[in-house]
Amino acid sequence: MAKKILTEYINVPGIDTFEVYRKHGGYTAVEKALKTMTPEEVVEEAKKSGVRGRGGAGFPMGMKWSFLAKPEGVPRYLVCNADESEPGTFKDHHLMKELPHLLIEGMIVSSFALGAHKSFIYVRGELMYVIRILEKAIEEAKEKGFLGKNILGTGYDLELVVQPGGGAYICGEETALLESLEGKRGNPRNKPPFPAIKGLYQSPTVVNNVESISNMPWIINNGGDAYAAIGVGRSTGTKLISASGHIRKPGVYEIELGVSVDEFLNSDEYCGGVRDGHYLKALVAGGSSVPILPAHLITKTANGEDRLMTYESLSDGGFATGSMLGSGGFIVFDETACIVRNTWNFSRFYHHESCGQCSPCREGTGWMEKVLHRLEHGHGSMHDIDLLVDISKKIEGNTICPLGDAAAWPVASAIRHFREEFEWHVTHPHEATQPGAVYMGSAALV
Amino acid sequence: MEETKPNLFKITFDGIEVEVEPGTTIMQAARKIAEADRSHDALVPPAMCYYEPLKGTGGKCRACLVKVTQGSAKDTRPMPKLVPSCITQVQDGMVVENTTNPAVLEARKGVVEFLLINHPLDCPVCDQAGECHLQDFAYEHGAAKTRYEEERRTFDRHDLGPYIQLHMTRCILCYRCVFTADQITNKRVHGVMHRGDAAEISTYIEKAIDNDFSGNVIDVCPVGALTDKTFRFKNRVWFTKPVDAHRDCPTCSGNVTLWYRGEEVIRVTARKNEWGEVKEFICNTCRFEKKNTSDWTIEGPAKVLRSSVISANKYRADLVKKPDFALKLANSQYKPIDDSRSYTTDQDQIRQLSIENNDKANHRSQLADKN
Repeated sequence: MAKKILTEYINVPGIDTFEVYRKHGGYTAVEKALKTMTPEEVVEEAKKSGVRGRGGAGFPMGMKWSFLAKPEGVPRYLVCNADESEPGTFKDHHLMKELPHLLIEGMIVSSFALGAHKSFIYVRGELMYVIRILEKAIEEAKEKGFLGKNILGTGYDLELVVQPGGGAYICGEETALLESLEGKRGNPRNKPPFPAIKGLYQSPTVVNNVESISNMPWIINNGGDAYAAIGVGRSTGTKLISASGHIRKPGVYEIELGVSVDEFLNSDEYCGGVRDGHYLKALVAGGSSVPILPAHLITKTANGEDRLMTYESLSDGGFATGSMLGSGGFIVFDETACIVRNTWNFSRFYHHESCGQCSPCREGTGWMEKVLHRLEHGHGSMHDIDLLVDISKKIEGNTICPLGDAAAWPVASAIRHFREEFEWHVTHPHEATQPGAVYMGSAALV
Repeated sequence: MEETKPNLFKITFDGIEVEVEPGTTIMQAARKIAEADRSHDALVPPAMCYYEPLKGTGGKCRACLVKVTQGSAKDTRPMPKLVPSCITQVQDGMVVENTTNPAVLEARKGVVEFLLINHPLDCPVCDQAGECHLQDFAYEHGAAKTRYEEERRTFDRHDLGPYIQLHMTRCILCYRCVFTADQITNKRVHGVMHRGDAAEISTYIEKAIDNDFSGNVIDVCPVGALTDKTFRFKNRVWFTKPVDAHRDCPTCSGNVTLWYRGEEVIRVTARKNEWGEVKEFICNTCRFEKKNTSDWTIEGPAKVLRSSVISANKYRADLVKKPDFALKLANSQYKPIDDSRSYTTDQDQIRQLSIENNDKANHRSQLADKN
């Protein structure tokens, strides 16, 4: 069995209550950190662990913490980003509803490390029942003296606030999240200044993903070096992968970073392989915004090495032949999936979720969606395919926040790897618009 | 007095060196170059959303993206992405490429295209035509043809009070009017409703607009989305003559520009600087109600702006380079009309051809003839 850091006790009945969680070693990290360590030592452990941001960008968490400005007399904030809305990603949702105390314990330790006395958990607004679970757990922790004034008699105060999100994908972008948390329209801010300098209410702020913060209790209990020993190279520790699509066993899996993609996809411990009687066509490895990969680039990289579930290996070859680990939304397509239709679907999502602040994303996402709609419904022409590539190039990198990139990458990569299928939609509009019709002749399938 | 002088940052913009104070943005540095030497006007990045007198504007339209090839003298790495010049502050030793970088020009072309795909292009009936920033921007940086085939997004027209008309369809969502409404009233931030390409300047602002200075949203609007109802459809900008004037106004400075058509004042606006930005905001009384020469003390003809269509040689070839390019393009794409087709006067044959070519109008007229 692979090492489990986050989900070891996830199947224990009643683990969402304080007593059961405490019985299984819960809140020992709070005791250890607050009573025996200084905030600097906690940050040092986080740095040693090498844990990277689990929300998608993969920026080392300890490094992010050390960038936090510490001016005198200005409050500092920790904000937990639980606004998980990326299509294909559902790990934080699972983690919060099953193990609310793990997140709260992580929040206490992390807030202590950063010197924050008021911390926020910004939960996706649609997950009202998760918000209630978290609020109940916070009440329990408060009763037992792990939250509130003078925690465990150490003199450290912390107030934890759960905030329902504004109901938009864009509020998962860290600066838009801060705007939304301040009660404004969730428009991303221009960077710099970064949140570490001027974040929530113009004060230094750290925004971390649920999963990153949930790693902290284990890191405190076992040490950063023990965490760094798990995994491969700069991809340390474990990662939750939410697997979905045409596989036998969809669900959330905790893997050690460094498991091969082949093993994750085909072994019975994880996905269990592509569903019976079908074969693999394409894979989106890290949530809908990362580039899609064709079958021949999934288990092997372009230079013939085994592809591993790590930040480095998945992005091997750049965007030409690689992808990204992203947020760990593992979406598998078998040969019955139409790539054009799927790309249109993703594109429709980004069109709907663009905030409309900067022009390339506001107008470009809608344009791409309309062109893809036309292609999918048999009204496209050959130059539409080149047009899509050109639009995606003009959006990518030119927007305020990464939503523009996220909208451009799936389209650009789908055309890069499955151009024949797009062309088939143009040359065979009648066949392509039949229900369930899929292009079967792609060389990428062999 | 050497000590008290602040350390100036030296930056290189398109190969021209300039010394500016710390905290200056790249855009302001570029404008400083142009102000020192007017022949460098074309180097200044275009600004569609950035508006110096309004706090917080900029960074939205992405029209002013530039390439920073050297971050500073200390850190000589280039910045990985194109940066918006209007909000990026200069560092000592920064090297910026604007018109000399093909990637910048390509991105800018993209921005023009994005701004225009949902714009109605109704310039012939738009009051802003002639002093429209989008027109200038598209003329200077855009492509000659659109690649957009789908239906354009439209909105209903709104009245914002008795004097201001909102044409949301023309809006490019620069947020300037939102910032104006925010800064002339009590901290109102909700100026935009909905999101993505369905976002619109909203009824919230309609309520906020009940203010002595509300008319200024017309002046800050870079396109024809907010227009002056007292001037609507009265005349074209290029037929009018701007004259600087002032009056003793209890609410504002009273410094305005009057726009004459013959003897009649048909429009009053605030005075603008050479970048199309309002110098002093004026009140609604001055703007909408004082339309007689006797209300004003005339100072003399207004300095014609570079951005104004009535300035001589506005589209001078050496300023914008475009006509030369356009002529070349037209030359390369020129095809003589194919008149080698056989010509017939036989009614039946014409009818047959019209059916084949699905020319319904002709077909119907033929049928009508027969009947």
